[in-house]
Amino acid sequence: MLSFAEIRRSVLVSAWFMFLTFPVMVIRVNPIEEVVEWRWRNLIMVGAGSFLISFVWRYLIARKERGKKAAEAGRAGGPPLARRAAVHAGFHKPLMGALAVFVLIFPFLFSTYQVNIMATALIYVMLGLGLNIVIGLAGLLDLGYVAFYAVGAYAYALLNHHFGLGFWAVLPIGAVMGATFGILLGFPVLRLRGDYLAIVTLGFGEIIRLVLENWNDFSFGPSGIANIDRPGFFGVEMSLEAATNYVYYLLIGLVLMTIFFVNRLQNSRIGRAWIALREDEIACQAMGIDKTKTKLTAFALGATWAGMAGVVFAAKTTFINPASFTFLESAIILSIVVLGGMGSIPGVIVGALVLILLPEYLRAFSDYRMLLFGAILVIMMVFRPEGLIAGARRVYEFKGKKETSDTADGIHT
Amino acid sequence: MESILEVTGLTMDFGGLRALDHLDLDVKKGEIAALIGPNGAGKTTFFNCITGIYNPTGGDIIIRPPKGQGRKERINGIKPNHVTERGMARTFQNIRLFQNMSVLENVMIGRHCRTRTGVAGAMLRFRSTIEEEQAMVDYSYAIIEKIGLARFVNDLAKNLPYGAQRRLEIARAMATDPFLLLLDEPAAGMNPQETRELDGLINKIRDEENIAILLIEHDMKLVMSLSDRIFVMDYGRKIAQGGPDEIKRDPTVIKAYLGEDPDA
Ligand SMILES: Nc1ncnc2c1ncn2[C@@H]1O[C@H](COP(=O)(O)OP(=O)(O)O)[C@@H](O)[C@H]1O
Ligand SMILES: [Mg+2]
Repeated sequence: MLSFAEIRRSVLVSAWFMFLTFPVMVIRVNPIEEVVEWRWRNLIMVGAGSFLISFVWRYLIARKERGKKAAEAGRAGGPPLARRAAVHAGFHKPLMGALAVFVLIFPFLFSTYQVNIMATALIYVMLGLGLNIVIGLAGLLDLGYVAFYAVGAYAYALLNHHFGLGFWAVLPIGAVMGATFGILLGFPVLRLRGDYLAIVTLGFGEIIRLVLENWNDFSFGPSGIANIDRPGFFGVEMSLEAATNYVYYLLIGLVLMTIFFVNRLQNSRIGRAWIALREDEIACQAMGIDKTKTKLTAFALGATWAGMAGVVFAAKTTFINPASFTFLESAIILSIVVLGGMGSIPGVIVGALVLILLPEYLRAFSDYRMLLFGAILVIMMVFRPEGLIAGARRVYEFKGKKETSDTADGIHT
Repeated sequence: MESILEVTGLTMDFGGLRALDHLDLDVKKGEIAALIGPNGAGKTTFFNCITGIYNPTGGDIIIRPPKGQGRKERINGIKPNHVTERGMARTFQNIRLFQNMSVLENVMIGRHCRTRTGVAGAMLRFRSTIEEEQAMVDYSYAIIEKIGLARFVNDLAKNLPYGAQRRLEIARAMATDPFLLLLDEPAAGMNPQETRELDGLINKIRDEENIAILLIEHDMKLVMSLSDRIFVMDYGRKIAQGGPDEIKRDPTVIKAYLGEDPDA
């Protein structure tokens, strides 16, 4: 419960707000009738509103602090509900089954417009999972990730335009191109970390975009490339609706593949090396890990998925230009990883869906939607800095070893 | 007895500050040696130089691994991971665990340089990958049991009690299969009970695992009871060297620790 002092503080905050907004919210001079309107109702609303917000804020902070103290005292109540539900076998299977069915019949339930939005969100799931390798696992703050996305998209657009290569032929090429550029960027920034790394990668992202914008002979400049072929399906002609659904299913497949591989990677020798690098670079090297190699594989693999996502993006929209690859894109992908939960696959998926779908469905709020969006982000970061679904490390079972007898002392929960 | 680590004339300058001044030190096979000295004497700097974190200004660092564990080599200036690969592993004075990894994973990181799985193996999980992974888990678990951390095996490192964190650092270093273990103030912050246990543990590592040990430590009781030989440093120089009894009586050592006696 909140103490009396907290309530008094909230009252003070609301009084202060009432005072501050008094001239704007309460007094209105009507110059035509030459009277002053006193809108006392507004004063009450400002007072009640600010009291409520301040009170809720304080309450949430207090709750968070209590949670922290409990965790420090070793009384952490086990994993959070969402995770317990997801892990618990009795829950897990039906839940996953229902989700799979929903995902499969999605295009039959919703309009082409909705399917299209969902396909976009799925591209961001891929991008988020790829960037999650670089930032979430290896801890390398890469702000130029969109560059690899652009590399993939232009690889397909140009190869399709000049040589008529199809989607399926270019998808692996896009992946390899992404990886190559990942390594090319990786080399010069090997010695950098933290904010220095962020600035240099940001610059790299901008360089790629500026090259695409200005090198007209190569990339057709700001006007971009149009009439890119959609993904083919054994040469079958498809209506727009069918093509949209096809891209949707194709993305579901690619996202599943991404999850499959990223999950394997993060619980492998390579993935553990990335995490060790993130946790402590010096200790990581002192334990025999080659820092250079580890960083480069993280950059390369992260960029691989961006390259593939770029190919799909170009094929889906059939038109690309440099404006699709601005810093804002990198920032959104970064937000997906941070909001969802660094190093957590389900977190990143939820993060991508929330961040891409939310602004779409917030359109009803028209002008306020970006404001609302920003507010949600800020509130999230204050109250759940670890993201929507925090990453958790794998738990190993040791059969027949006397682990359970040791846990009786309650340290191990 | 042959020495497995032989350092001669090691010098390290930080700008104008000479942190190590022509230091000679050697560790013999099967030995527990200690490096002591007042704060700021340059002990940690010495570790940093021989483990590749700093590139020393001068001198020679030569390793002579026991039979079958490598060849004689001068290792000045090689990278830290290469030092570890060659068989010298260390712990840190200010604990540097991988906080958000489990105890088991921390130790498995130590196995990194003794295993092969690459990106393709990680993604495709060949039979060899699965076997290697399982071997890594088993090997690491065995070390964790030996060090007495089995009940924490799946806990995150950051949630361990302080003494257990110090022991986890030792376990992680042991997982790299070293012939020489370098411990930087392993008893710092431990209570007397934990320090006694550490004494037993270090002896056990030397006797059962055949790993030589060089430790930096301020707890004189621990140093005197553990060490075969002690090196004493002050202001980057070696001021004394010998067995525990010699060192206890050495006037220069007493002076370095207690300060100049104005009446003497
Ligand atoms: N990276 C560095 N840059 C500059 N001076 C350093 C550095 N590392 C250590 N020193 C200096 O070297 C001296 C020895 O430090 P250190 O080796 O940490 O002593 P200790 O014997 O207490 O472990 C100190 O004066 C310290 O300030
Ligand atoms: Mg020190």
